[in-house]
Amino acid sequence: MTDRQKFLYFIALHRTGLWVTALSLLLLVFPLVENNPYTLGLTNLIAIHAIVVLGLNLFIGYAGQISLGHAAFFGLGAYGSAIACVTFGLDSWLAMLLVAGLVALVALLVGIPALRLTGHYLAMATLGLNFVFHTILLQWDQMTGGPSGFYGIPSLSLGSFAFDDELRLHYLLWGLALLSLLLCLNLVRSGVGRGLSALAGDEIAAAALGVDTRRAKVKVFVLSAVLASVAGSLFAHTYGFISPDSFGIFVSTDLVIMVVIGGMGSIWGSLFGAALITLLPEWMDLFETYKDFVHGGILVLVLMFLPQGLITGLLDLLRVQLARLRQKNVTA
Amino acid sequence: MLRLEQLSKNFGGLPALSQVSFEVFPGQVTALIGPNGAGKSTLINCMTGVLQPSSGRVLFRGAAISSLAAHQIARCGIARTFQNLKLFPRLSVLDNVLTGLTCEAGSSMVMAMLRLPYLRHRERRLRLRALEALDRFGLGDKADWPAAVLAYGDKKRVELARATVGNPQLILLDEPVAGLNAAETAAVGEQLHLLRRAGHTLLLIEHDMDLVMKLADQVVVLDSGQKIASGTPAEVRRNPRVLEAYLGCMEATA
Ligand SMILES: Nc1ncnc2c1ncn2[C@@H]1O[C@H](COP(=O)(O)OP(=O)(O)OP(=O)(O)O)[C@@H](O)[C@H]1O
Ligand SMILES: [Mg+2]
Repeated sequence: MTDRQKFLYFIALHRTGLWVTALSLLLLVFPLVENNPYTLGLTNLIAIHAIVVLGLNLFIGYAGQISLGHAAFFGLGAYGSAIACVTFGLDSWLAMLLVAGLVALVALLVGIPALRLTGHYLAMATLGLNFVFHTILLQWDQMTGGPSGFYGIPSLSLGSFAFDDELRLHYLLWGLALLSLLLCLNLVRSGVGRGLSALAGDEIAAAALGVDTRRAKVKVFVLSAVLASVAGSLFAHTYGFISPDSFGIFVSTDLVIMVVIGGMGSIWGSLFGAALITLLPEWMDLFETYKDFVHGGILVLVLMFLPQGLITGLLDLLRVQLARLRQKNVTA
Repeated sequence: MLRLEQLSKNFGGLPALSQVSFEVFPGQVTALIGPNGAGKSTLINCMTGVLQPSSGRVLFRGAAISSLAAHQIARCGIARTFQNLKLFPRLSVLDNVLTGLTCEAGSSMVMAMLRLPYLRHRERRLRLRALEALDRFGLGDKADWPAAVLAYGDKKRVELARATVGNPQLILLDEPVAGLNAAETAAVGEQLHLLRRAGHTLLLIEHDMDLVMKLADQVVVLDSGQKIASGTPAEVRRNPRVLEAYLGCMEATA
């Protein structure tokens, strides 16, 4: 092999690792270039959304189902952490873990019966779950603070080091987002991930290859709920205040839109989708006013023209074109 | 190795299979033939858990598998191809073949997320095996293409590679050469010969009589969901009922 070939081979082999490293470095120096707390506040919110969207994207893209209730898992994480820390005085990291465990259990209980049925029963079930959850938040005000929200949630801290300003939060939140990214990338590149891709492609073929399709769906659902819960806990500790508005069904649909923008089953696309939908209202006032219309419009357009989602759809087109070109070169 | 006992399947009251019994012996090629709509694909679907038989049993190495789910049957070591290709168009050719090794790849999601070293090594081994399988079917140079862009004949061969890469104990092939040209048919026939020589057990559904006559140790003939004959290729070819139901109708159209 020539040096150039060796170099290209190395790049191909470690492509994913190189991208992750590059992104990490970029995020490491980002606050040096841009230290405006407002901007960092926005990018921090992207990190939190990205964690939810990564999990949801695995679920929508690989299990081929739709969840319209992930804001409920997000909210369970947030309120769970808030109540555990403030009302019961638990350590915040411990609370985050306990709440995530609890959410896993809830997802299991919702997912097992709902995923047994075919069609979009899970969409309905999760929508219902979100609705019930939102109502409970509003009604049970001794526990949740009701419509006026829950105040005074402490910042996360390591010993005496508190993550209480945008800069410190930047490193914490993006660190955890990158960790989630890495875990998800590992998953989709493994044998288990191939089983999930098979499941997404054709359930009968996947089962004939030995994939326990029902179990795989439930597992991915639970995983996505756990990621949403962790993101919710982070959200609560980041802002110190949470209210039911942040966990309604429209938040759930926004999360789905982030997935659709990023593309079904695309891990990197998830980051992009989370970033775009988080930033759009900042860029356009008009967008803020007609948010629901614009979101709905994006959803319809993408699904009509690129059913695999925006980024994945475009990449697929590109890959097919490239392969066709090569095919021509081979035969010519 | 595989025994069907009085297997029946009805679709909304219409019988697609009635009381079919036969046995597939280890190391042999059993061919299943019959005119269109005879119930051949339905039979394979009942054996692999895609469909639930209405009555009767399927025994694999003495154990009843007819009540198992499709993935459990696959994990027993039964692989199959589909008459209407079921490749994963968005995966690369290599990844398509690697899905044939799902049973060996490990199923723990947590381990996969941590990408522990033992999994990385296993992954490398599996990848080599999948590449070997692709080479056997002459597709090594297309390993990283998306499966969607392959020509029909190539897709058929990728499915064969996927079904055989895991060294299953029993391979069920639903019309592996249908739609292939003469050269491709010859190449696939050669591969099936090699599989047989390597001691694999095959159940082959095929309309291509040349291939069946050359490969099969035993031929089972279905017509309208019923077994009308079985025996060696030579015996079946002489059987008047078969000639009437199947070969006759082929000659009439020829
Ligand atoms: N899912 C189904 N629902 C209802 N009827 C079905 C179903 N699958 C197959 N059939 C019917 O069962 C009969 C047997 O079909 P099958 O596909 O098994 O035939 P085959 O022998 O594989 O034919 P071919 O050579 O054309 O592949 C046909 O009459 C078909 O219409
Ligand atoms: Mg058929």
